[in-house]
Amino acid sequence: MRNHSGYWAFAVHRVSGIALALFLPVHFWALGRALEGAASLDALLAWTEMPLVKFAEWGIVLLLAAHFAGGLRILALEFLPWRDWHKSLAAAAAAASLAVGLAFALAL
Amino acid sequence: MGDGEIGTGNEASGAKLSVRIWRGARQGEFVRYQVPRHVSQTVLDVVTYVQRVLDPTLAYRFACRVGMCGSCAMTVNGVARWTCRTHVDKVAREGRLEVAPLRNLPVIRDLVTDMREFFDKWARAQGRFRGGATRHEDVARIRPDSAARMQVEAGIECIGCGVCYASCDVVARNPDYLGPAALNRAWTLVNDVRDIARTDRLRAVAGDAGCHACHTQMGCTERCPKNIAPTASIAGLKRETARAALRGEW
Amino acid sequence: MSVRGETMLWIAQRASAVLLAVCVTVHLVTMTYAIRGGLSAVEIFARTRGSIGWLAFYTLFVVAVTVHVPIGLRSALGEWLGWRGRSRDMVLAAFALALGALGMRAVLGVFA
Repeated sequence: MRNHSGYWAFAVHRVSGIALALFLPVHFWALGRALEGAASLDALLAWTEMPLVKFAEWGIVLLLAAHFAGGLRILALEFLPWRDWHKSLAAAAAAASLAVGLAFALAL
Repeated sequence: MGDGEIGTGNEASGAKLSVRIWRGARQGEFVRYQVPRHVSQTVLDVVTYVQRVLDPTLAYRFACRVGMCGSCAMTVNGVARWTCRTHVDKVAREGRLEVAPLRNLPVIRDLVTDMREFFDKWARAQGRFRGGATRHEDVARIRPDSAARMQVEAGIECIGCGVCYASCDVVARNPDYLGPAALNRAWTLVNDVRDIARTDRLRAVAGDAGCHACHTQMGCTERCPKNIAPTASIAGLKRETARAALRGEW
Repeated sequence: MSVRGETMLWIAQRASAVLLAVCVTVHLVTMTYAIRGGLSAVEIFARTRGSIGWLAFYTLFVVAVTVHVPIGLRSALGEWLGWRGRSRDMVLAAFALALGALGMRAVLGVFA
């Protein structure tokens, strides 16, 4: 039951979604510190320069890219007229999200 | 033709196949049997040999044995297949074979599953035609190349074998989920212009037990022996139920 | 929830997904551009504070997130934890409100 690409597409989509759902409140809360003024935001920005944080940031962007690509796959399967190549969408989504993750890593 | 008919010749060559077959019901175990290997042998041939020669208490289903009825569907090396259409050569890794009953269904005994919930869900999805015409009306004229009819054609060949249902992870996780076969049939009826039960059917197939629970894992489409794509039919139901809901049709 | 309600959730999920596809792309591009320069808080505020356009954009972003995340979690909670029924929906509604509140706090902090 688990050996085909569609199952993995679903698993990645769900796990990345849950991870992002846990990340977002933290992200919003951290940025909310901007309300407290420039010094508060500067302290946050300094913290994000730490290598471990940069790595985590990259991880989150990768998760986001994976979730995004998987989401586009779902939208294609649900709204576009059916074609046989739709079966290969999972692989395409995986490739696309890895490309985005790599691009972001290089840009950083 | 080959090395001769089954029952002669090849047995002398001594080639054997080791097969593990599920015995029991929900509780049980895999039991190993040695069967003679033949050219063009199918998994159904293997199971039949075990029951006729080695152990008459083995329970299994088959009917046509030529890939038309779907009765012989079982789990072969982890994958739901029609055993009469599965050549041993194609699936036996290093001469090993494992045969189990279809997943996601209660096991009655050995390789036989209780198909009642499969067909009950078919009925719950309003998977039967309801017409409004009588014998006094003209025959309905439907162009075979109309968009709606082509949608019907793509899904109408389903024979209810249960392979898709056994291959669906959502069915495994969500006991109420109607499943790919029932939803696929409902889609063919939604597209049948003669059918008059459209609103009832859309209501029956929507929601967490219906088409909206499908996560496009595509196990059904991957495994359907008739190359039907229930994923596409379910996607169609998602669009139709949404359209109808937004228009206030139900 | 009624099947009609669940159908509406599906519609909201797909609609918010399309909106997020746009917002996320814009966000990632602008963030990459902004971070590269190594901007300080003062420099960031100079670009963002008082910008009605960005305020509107990020408000829309937060709204889309508030719709999309809880609906997405709903099926995961139902299938992986067996949590269904009213309590699940009430908790997710509360989570949506919290997410929206935190999000708008951040948006106002940066753009207002």
